[in-house]
This record gives sequence, C-alpha cells and structure tokens, in this order.
Amino acid sequence: MSARTLTIVLFVVFVLITLAITIWASRQTKTATDFYAGGRSFSGFSNGLAIGGDYMSAASFLGIAGIIALSGYDGFLYSIGFLVAWLVALLLVAELLRNSGKYTMADVLAFRMRQTPVRVAASISTIVVSIFYLLAQMVGAGALVALLLGIKPGAHFLGMDADTAKIATIIFIGILMIVYVTVGGMKGTTYVQIVKAFLLMVGAALMTVLVLAAFKFDLSGLLGEAAAKSGKGAAFLEPGLRYGKEVAGDAAQTFYNKMDLLSLGIALVLGTAGLPHILIRFYTVPNSKAARKSVLWAIGIIGTFYLMTLALGFGAAALVGGEAITAQDKGGNTAAPQLAQVLGERFLGGTTGGAAMLAIIAAVAFATILAVVAGLTLASSSSLAHDIYASVIRKGQVSEGGEVRVARISAFAIGAVAIVLAIYAQSLNVAFLVALAFAVAASGNLPAILYSLFWKRFTTAGATAAIYGGLITAVVLVFFSPVVSGSPTAMFPNSDWQWFPLSNPGIISIPVGFLCGWLGTVLSREPADPQKYAELEVRSLTGVGAH
Amino acid sequence: MSTDAPDRYERIAESPEFAGLRRSLRRFVFPMTIAFFSWYALYVILSAYARDFMGTILFGNINVALVFGLLQFVTTFLIAWLYARYADRKLDPVAEDLNARIQAGEFDADPQPEEVKA
Repeated sequence: MSARTLTIVLFVVFVLITLAITIWASRQTKTATDFYAGGRSFSGFSNGLAIGGDYMSAASFLGIAGIIALSGYDGFLYSIGFLVAWLVALLLVAELLRNSGKYTMADVLAFRMRQTPVRVAASISTIVVSIFYLLAQMVGAGALVALLLGIKPGAHFLGMDADTAKIATIIFIGILMIVYVTVGGMKGTTYVQIVKAFLLMVGAALMTVLVLAAFKFDLSGLLGEAAAKSGKGAAFLEPGLRYGKEVAGDAAQTFYNKMDLLSLGIALVLGTAGLPHILIRFYTVPNSKAARKSVLWAIGIIGTFYLMTLALGFGAAALVGGEAITAQDKGGNTAAPQLAQVLGERFLGGTTGGAAMLAIIAAVAFATILAVVAGLTLASSSSLAHDIYASVIRKGQVSEGGEVRVARISAFAIGAVAIVLAIYAQSLNVAFLVALAFAVAASGNLPAILYSLFWKRFTTAGATAAIYGGLITAVVLVFFSPVVSGSPTAMFPNSDWQWFPLSNPGIISIPVGFLCGWLGTVLSREPADPQKYAELEVRSLTGVGAH
Repeated sequence: MSTDAPDRYERIAESPEFAGLRRSLRRFVFPMTIAFFSWYALYVILSAYARDFMGTILFGNINVALVFGLLQFVTTFLIAWLYARYADRKLDPVAEDLNARIQAGEFDADPQPEEVKA
C-alpha cells in the first residue's frame, strides 16, 4: 500500500468514526443548550482537550514546525505567544464569561447594554474573525492535499490534476464541517475536537520521542546539527532570521521590522481570549469551576504540544534539511510530514516504515484542520442565529426549536460561503489571515470583554466603539500593509497601495480598540446602568443565575 | 431564587462579603496579569533589541534565547497552578457560601425597608 492510499484510508477511518459520533450526538441534541453548548455537560478535562483541539490549528502544527525548520528560533516565538495567551483567558475571562453568558460572546457584551447595537457589533466581529480564520484553514487544506498526497503538477490522481484536487479537498472539508455542525451541534463538534486533540498529541509525542532518540536524547546535539545543516550556524538558534531583521544601512526598515516583531508578539498574547470559537467552549461545562479546570487542562495540553514543536521543527531542520523542505513547499508547511517520513524510514524500517509514518501524520494534519473549521463554523452560525436572528430580529420572541433550526441553516450558509471564498482565495497567499484574525480579536473583542466585566461606567456606545474601532483599524491597516500589496510576497504582488509599514497591525489597533472603548464611554450621553453592572458582577463572581 | 427586586443585586454587590470576594479576586488576577505580561513583553523586546544577549551560549548549543523561551513555559505553568490553588482556597469557598445565601433568599426581602438604599 502506498503512503497516499494509507493516508486516505486512515483519514476515512477518522471521518467515519467522527461521523458516527456526530450522529450519536445528534440523538442527544434536543434543546438549544444542547446545540449551542453541548448541554453544558462536559467535564473540565474533556473540555480542556476540546479546547486544545479547537485551538491547535494546522497553522500551529504544520506552520510553526515549518517556520522553525526554515528560520530556526523565530518560530518558537509563536509557540510562546500562543501559550502565554491562555493566562489572559484563565485569569480574566473564562470563569466570569461562563457565569454570565449563555451561548455566544455577545451574551456577555450585551448583558448590561442595549441589546441591538451591541449584539450586531459583536456578531459582525465574531463572523469576521471566524471567516478569516476559516478561510486560512480551508485554503491551507487545499494546498496541503496536493503535497500530502504527493500530487505533483501535471500528475493525476483519481482523474484529477493538482488544481482540481485542491478544489475537491476544499469542498470535501467544507461539506464535512457543515455536517458535523448542523447534525452534531456543539456536542458533535466537541467530540471531533477531543478525538483530534488526542490524535495530534499522540502523533506529535511519537515524533518527538523518535527525534530525540535519533540524537540519543541530547537536545544540545539536536540543536547543533540543526544549526549546522541550516548553513546559518549559531544565528539559526537565535531570534532574528525571520522577524525583526536588521537591514544594514536602512534604519527605517530595521525599525519597522522590530516594531513588526513587537506587534506580532502582542497580538498573539492578547488575541486568544477574544477568539469567539474559543470563548464559546467555556459554555460547554456545568459551572465556572469546571471552566477554570478546562483552561488549566488546556494550558497543560497546549503547553506540552508547543514544547514538542521545538523538537519537530529543529528535528526537521536537522534530519530533513531546509533544502528538501523548500523543494516540497516554499512556506515549509510540509516540514512535519517530511520529518515523519524520515523518522519512519529510520526507525520502522525502510520505505514502508517511512510511508506509514508519513500517512499517519498527514491524516492527523487533516483531522486537525477539520476539527478547527468545525469549531469556527459553529461559533459564527451560533452568533448569527442567537444574536442576530433570535435577539435582534425577533427580539427574543422565538421558540427554542425555531432558533436551533436557524442555527443549522446558518451553519449551512456560512459553510457554503466559506467554500466559495476559499476556492477563489486558494491561489492567494492567505497565511496572514490567521494573524489578522488574532489582531481583530485582540483589538475589537478583548477590550470590549474586559471593559464589560471590570469597568462599571462602560456603556453601550463604549462597547460598539471598542468593537468597531478595533475591528476597522485592524482590517484597514492590514489592507494597506505589505502583506496585501506592494511586496513580492503580498497577496497582490503586482499592485501597490501599501502605506502602512507593518505586517501585523496589533501594536496600533489594540491600543486604538481600548482607546475607542474608553472614548465611546466618556463621550456617551447615556450613562451606564449601575443595577445591571451589579447584577453582572454578582452573577459572574458567585455563579448565581448562571445558565 | 424567590423575589427579584430591581435593587437586589446592588444590595449584594455592596455587602461586605461580596466586596471581600471582589477584592480577593482582583488582588490576585490584576497584579498577576501585569506580572506575566511584563515578563512576556521583556522576552519579546529582548528578542527584538538584545540579540547579542539572547545569543549568549550557556552550555553546548543552549543559548539564553532558548532558556528564556522555556522559562516562559515554566512561568505560565506556575502562574496557572498558583491561581488554581488560590481560587480553590480563597475564592471558591466565599463564592459558594454567598451563592447559597443568595439562593436561600437572604438578600431578597428586606426586613427593615428603611435601611434599603435608594
């Protein structure tokens, strides 16, 4: 059996198992709480795993390993930012949100505000963040399939050339995520994420142990070999090859590069606690104590995983080599699967062993993408149904069954839109979309959430100003940044309307989001409602009246 | 819960027990947030501006940058553990006690209406 057949078989097994679970979950899904929040019946540990499955995207697994393999130490910065970010969620957000919200991020933001404007703003921001993130994952899946299944340009697979196979993959992944969400709701999605988290952890742990074994468990030896093979020597193990580059003789560019590094760092650490698909995971547990436990488990699981990215990335640099990786994929996204193949050849024996390991890791990568896109589809369709349809359009005058039906239709619609957009965007470089999603989450959502929970005077005008201010600033700055135009690696390399010098807008847009929230509040004619704040405070801290 | 008087939550929020709970929470999470954010910011700033320092070899091929990065993992795990312990001991018992008393209606009906705040 070739690696390609084995990958497909393993992935089909994963799909069949998760579909079976989804159908089982659909039988348990009767109420709106079941659909939106998995019946709030998951334990802290299960939800911790599911958070890991929701959070550790293909960008984490393939992307970080690839950046470390090609640019060395700088990839580790992502691992650190993505992990430290969880302290914001643990200390400031998770428990209070669990106690005061019901199904969506907007529940907390609109708690003490006028419903319509705040829910509309929060819903727009939820959908924008989720769609950006979703597109990046789906386009990534399309790009990966050709590489993981070894479909070279010109070659054919099941009668499809590489381009058709990409489109077929995007459609296939899109249909699966729609099925998981519409049929299984939050319960089905959660189980998919749990299974994926387990597979990803086992796969990464297996590779880490084999990499370390290849160097007789000498980390320093591994790093030395990686540095030597990269041709960059000690610099490969230091920050600076990719981010914050020093350009000799160009002080301005050097300054911008450094600012870009700081901007990326701050967006990574503040973005997580504003990602709607992560926030709604806190509603799947029975109480705030379980929400805390799930974040603690998530920190343990995610932290362990990001530590392993060091071994995967430097292992790929040492055992596969940068040249072989870039020959396969310029962005380095295939470093981890290629490393798996080398490890298989070395430890499991010959070509067959290599093919088996490659197939396992490739299937894990597809499972990873699938679990993340399902979570994103659920977050955006929940917001559309619960915030826009049930709260704004119907003013709460809607039956539970009617609301869930709309949520299912929304999931279908959002999935369909995502498929179409992803097919159009697949030739574009969309890697920046994840960074943009984090920047919008940190600039628009996080200020609104923190002010809502901790600032008594915060008003409706403040909440909408924070969300729109942060969102618009982040999107506009990215539109005029070098990642969209005016540089050879841009989305539109042949056009140039770039004037903003940084790739990541966070260092400007996050303070702007906080500033807008403050300005909107102090300039607002309508004062905050002290009774509603007292209610929010009492409920969020004691769990009284929690759903 | 029985009655839901409009000022019921304000009365709870102004009670000394609740003020104590709020203070206990904020006393831990605000300073800790500032601490871990500064510590992380220091790491990012050193990565941008103190390359030579970050590149200092400690032993073998292990340099300051790697150890600094790993220390971010250590502090994250440590802060998570400290918070879990603090919440377990200082926050949960008070929150559960208050919750039970609110559910029991202790803050609902006011026996002496003249003491109710406007």
